[in-house]
Amino acid sequence: MLRLENISWKLEDGRGILNDVSLEIPDSKLVVITGPNGGGKTTLAKTVAGLITPESGKIFFDGEDLTGRDITQRAKKGISSAFQQPVRFKGLTVKDLLTLAAGRELKRLELCELLGKVGLCKNDYIDREVNASLSGGEIKRIEIATVLARNTKLSIFDEPEAGIDLWSFAGLVDVFKEVKKKYKGTLMIISHQERILQIADEIIVISGGKVEAAGTAEEIMPKLVSGSRTLRPCERSAAE
Amino acid sequence: MNDITRQLLEIISDFDGEFKGAYNIREDGQCAARESSENIKIESKQDAPGLVIKIKPGTKGEKVFIPACVTKSGIDDLVYNDFYVGEGADVTIVAGCGVHNTGEEEARHNGIHRFFIEKDANVVYEEKHIGTGEASGPRKIDPVTDVELGENAKLTMDTVQLGGVDNTTRVTRGVLGDGARLIIKERLMTNGKEQAKTDFYVELKGENSGVDLMSRSVARDESYQEYHSVIKGMNVCTGHSECDAILVGNGKVSASPQLDAEHPDAALIHEAAIGKIAGEQLLKLRTLGLTEEEAEQKIISGFLK
Repeated sequence: MLRLENISWKLEDGRGILNDVSLEIPDSKLVVITGPNGGGKTTLAKTVAGLITPESGKIFFDGEDLTGRDITQRAKKGISSAFQQPVRFKGLTVKDLLTLAAGRELKRLELCELLGKVGLCKNDYIDREVNASLSGGEIKRIEIATVLARNTKLSIFDEPEAGIDLWSFAGLVDVFKEVKKKYKGTLMIISHQERILQIADEIIVISGGKVEAAGTAEEIMPKLVSGSRTLRPCERSAAE
Repeated sequence: MNDITRQLLEIISDFDGEFKGAYNIREDGQCAARESSENIKIESKQDAPGLVIKIKPGTKGEKVFIPACVTKSGIDDLVYNDFYVGEGADVTIVAGCGVHNTGEEEARHNGIHRFFIEKDANVVYEEKHIGTGEASGPRKIDPVTDVELGENAKLTMDTVQLGGVDNTTRVTRGVLGDGARLIIKERLMTNGKEQAKTDFYVELKGENSGVDLMSRSVARDESYQEYHSVIKGMNVCTGHSECDAILVGNGKVSASPQLDAEHPDAALIHEAAIGKIAGEQLLKLRTLGLTEEEAEQKIISGFLK
């Protein structure tokens, strides 16, 4: 279980981004963190992964205090992160990146399975460089595959829908449905999209650097929909 | 052939006790071994030290190895190798040079390679350079590559400096005929106080000729690199050069690409990027469980692969 206690972090100009955030992410659940832009969701994800050091508060993972641990140590403890804007590498191929993520040589069949999970055809991608030639949708899927390759206790996905078109997004929701079915670890997805929220077990709403609401999807979803917190691209397209 | 040559050959030309194809092994300025094949004749050059390598028209899928090794101090090896590649041939040429210095004097290899590649021929040219030995004497490798490409001929040059070379000046010149293609991939690593200078000069004379130059380098410690390329577009042609360099420690890189469009339908592009490893790349690999040092090493080895 991941537990955050009284986490605060502010910008250099003094503006508070996380203000005394406390929450719990239970094991083996798909938890979606949502809320308005600028509310602190990405900062929260970075804090858990160790990319940001909070000014105050504590982070516990499986009962162990990780607050003072760095990125590498947290990764080794079982935390994985898919970035909102995946990083590109000149020279590293998809296979290289997935091998590094898995921490061991992967058989061709394993590589195929991983890429298949994120809806990519193996033969087109295994030897491709993770460089600027990949589209936003392609690199997003590869980013997700790196996290799946690690198969850790906690996987964080920061706005997996960001930067990809509507068609790729529909496929991405299917990817998460599939992962939820087969994956044993905890999935923490930061998202604005209703279709991602619909597959959540639990939802946490972060707004103004605070936890505004938290509970099961059944409890939280009606409040979000009535408050128009989320975008519903398909419905809007239909209306047009 | 001595043990040092054998070790250098393993690094520069994947030598595993034998070469599968025609070969000439040069050791400390002398021929250590040579064998021609039916389609690839290797002979000594009459007017200067070096070789004349003739590849028959239509030769397909064969390899020729011409590594050169300097294994001791005080050797200044100068060699002229001329390659004549016949029409329609499709071959791989593996060159490469290792310089091992055992003393205080300089050890140097200067290989001047000229390629005359006829119509429709396709050549892959692989070249690896390395310096070894703990002695204080400098290790120098100064390769010159001159390429003439006939109609629709193609040369893909894959050139790597693996490290340990104190000083190098690498000159590559090309003249391209109609429809000819020249592709050059260069990877360079300099450490300590090493210096490396790369000079490309390509004339796109032929209609629809094209060149693609890609140079990736890593300058570590106090090392210094210079990159200079000139692409002259003299016809309807395409030219692309790309110079990417990573700085580690106090490494310095100067890049000056030059594009000369001398024809209204010449399309020439240059891209260059020099800088430290991007912080976000290190962060990403650390989230996969690598330490910062491991991440840096992976990024560099991938970049120079």
